[in-house]
Amino acid sequence: MSVARDIITVAGVSAGVFFFFAGTVGLLRFPDTLTRLHALSKADNLGLGFVVLGLLPQTGGLRDGLKLISIWMFVLLAGATVSQLIARTARQSGSGK
Amino acid sequence: MTEFLTAAVGLILAMLGLGLVSILRGPTDADRMMAAQLIGTAGISVLLLLGTVTGVPAAVDVALILALLATFASIAFVKKGLSRLETDGADPGEDR
Amino acid sequence: MNIATVFEIALAAVVLGLAIWTIAVPDTYSATVGFIAYGLLVALIWVRLDAVDVALTEAAIGGGLGGVVLLGAAARLRDTEAMTTERPSLIVRLSAAILSAAIAAALAVTILLLPDPAPTLAPSVVANAGATGMTNPVTNVLMAFRGMDTMLEKVVLLLAIVGVWSLASDQAWGGRPGPRHQADPNGVLAFLARLLPPAGIVVGIYILWTGADHPGGAFQGGAVLASMWLLVIMAGLVDTPPVRSRWLRLILVGGPGLFLAVGLGGLCFGSAFLAYPVAFAKPLILSIEVAMLLTIATTLGLLLAGAPERSAER
Repeated sequence: MSVARDIITVAGVSAGVFFFFAGTVGLLRFPDTLTRLHALSKADNLGLGFVVLGLLPQTGGLRDGLKLISIWMFVLLAGATVSQLIARTARQSGSGK
Repeated sequence: MTEFLTAAVGLILAMLGLGLVSILRGPTDADRMMAAQLIGTAGISVLLLLGTVTGVPAAVDVALILALLATFASIAFVKKGLSRLETDGADPGEDR
Repeated sequence: MNIATVFEIALAAVVLGLAIWTIAVPDTYSATVGFIAYGLLVALIWVRLDAVDVALTEAAIGGGLGGVVLLGAAARLRDTEAMTTERPSLIVRLSAAILSAAIAAALAVTILLLPDPAPTLAPSVVANAGATGMTNPVTNVLMAFRGMDTMLEKVVLLLAIVGVWSLASDQAWGGRPGPRHQADPNGVLAFLARLLPPAGIVVGIYILWTGADHPGGAFQGGAVLASMWLLVIMAGLVDTPPVRSRWLRLILVGGPGLFLAVGLGGLCFGSAFLAYPVAFAKPLILSIEVAMLLTIATTLGLLLAGAPERSAER
């Protein structure tokens, strides 16, 4: 049973690191603000989700697992709304790029 | 398992550092607003993994607070950044 | 050199690099963004050093709320920034650099010369946890063993609020702090401000409650509540209360007032000021913490909202 847990953890965290890597590459290589914002919001949030999924089998009980999932929910909600607001600011400062 | 998780922490931290360099160098203020977003995702991942590696279960609570406060900081960035644009004469618009 | 050491070096490098950039960048807005990022990252360092209570406070106050105060100040100073383009003379800058380097070197030498193991009262704090029935040593020190300091800190917060309110102009005296924020009630920001604060309030109360036995406490919980209140204000869903309102002032003095009352009760019925009877210690401390939670949340929110700018009649 603990072997299955470890496999899930390794798989989840590896996928998370991969998506963080993808997001950072996008952040470094994309040409302008809007595309970089896109890379940051989508890929990094997915990376966090996979890390959370990978760490779920390692937690002590139901309460810790619920805390992990609620952290992910908060970050998703925040990311979805804040990226819209930042994009609007980018458009206004770039005069409708 | 511990070595693997520590390596993951190091990798994500390196991504965080690289991302910060790219964001803070960004030509406009809208780029720099993304800093709180970056820390909100990568920083929280580092924190959660760190908590598991070093056996500090309360790190999850710190991650919880970090999520909420990073959100609040992002909104404050956008609000104060927007008011800069308004006084510079650009069209303010509304947060639709 | 194992992986853990490499990670620590990487973390220190990231935080140091960010700090140097924050100081070096000329634009105030960017410097504030860097400062907030720095504050949030130092919380990671505290967790690595196994000081989770400090990490909670750093993330809440140092990173989030403190940085946003600076952001508001930077926004207000925007007009005067153009006037201060003159730089201090070379002598002044050189002396400042040498002085700062000397202080940093002195701190480094002191830390490296600390006796190992460092003298500490931690074992006796843990041994005396039976006095209050709570197992978090930090909460025990804050609320019981050094309760006087905590009470006086709350009074200091009150004085800070009085100072901020006294900056109001004559027309705005007793009025509402800050501008009236506008946002589309069907828009994205209003959506976030309706969805997140209820969950945030639960988290804030949870942090207070878990402070008895795990890292947490009233201060961090109050900071979370304050940030949720400010989020609702920034989205324009609620207006700031007029500072002359009676219930607002009652909440502000409620925390330190209850603390003082319990302290005087200890003087009258017990052995000393702020002596808790062992049987009632935990309920007393808990009620003080609840009152302090409300006071701290209101105080921090009002400190960030600023001095009254609009008269209360509108």
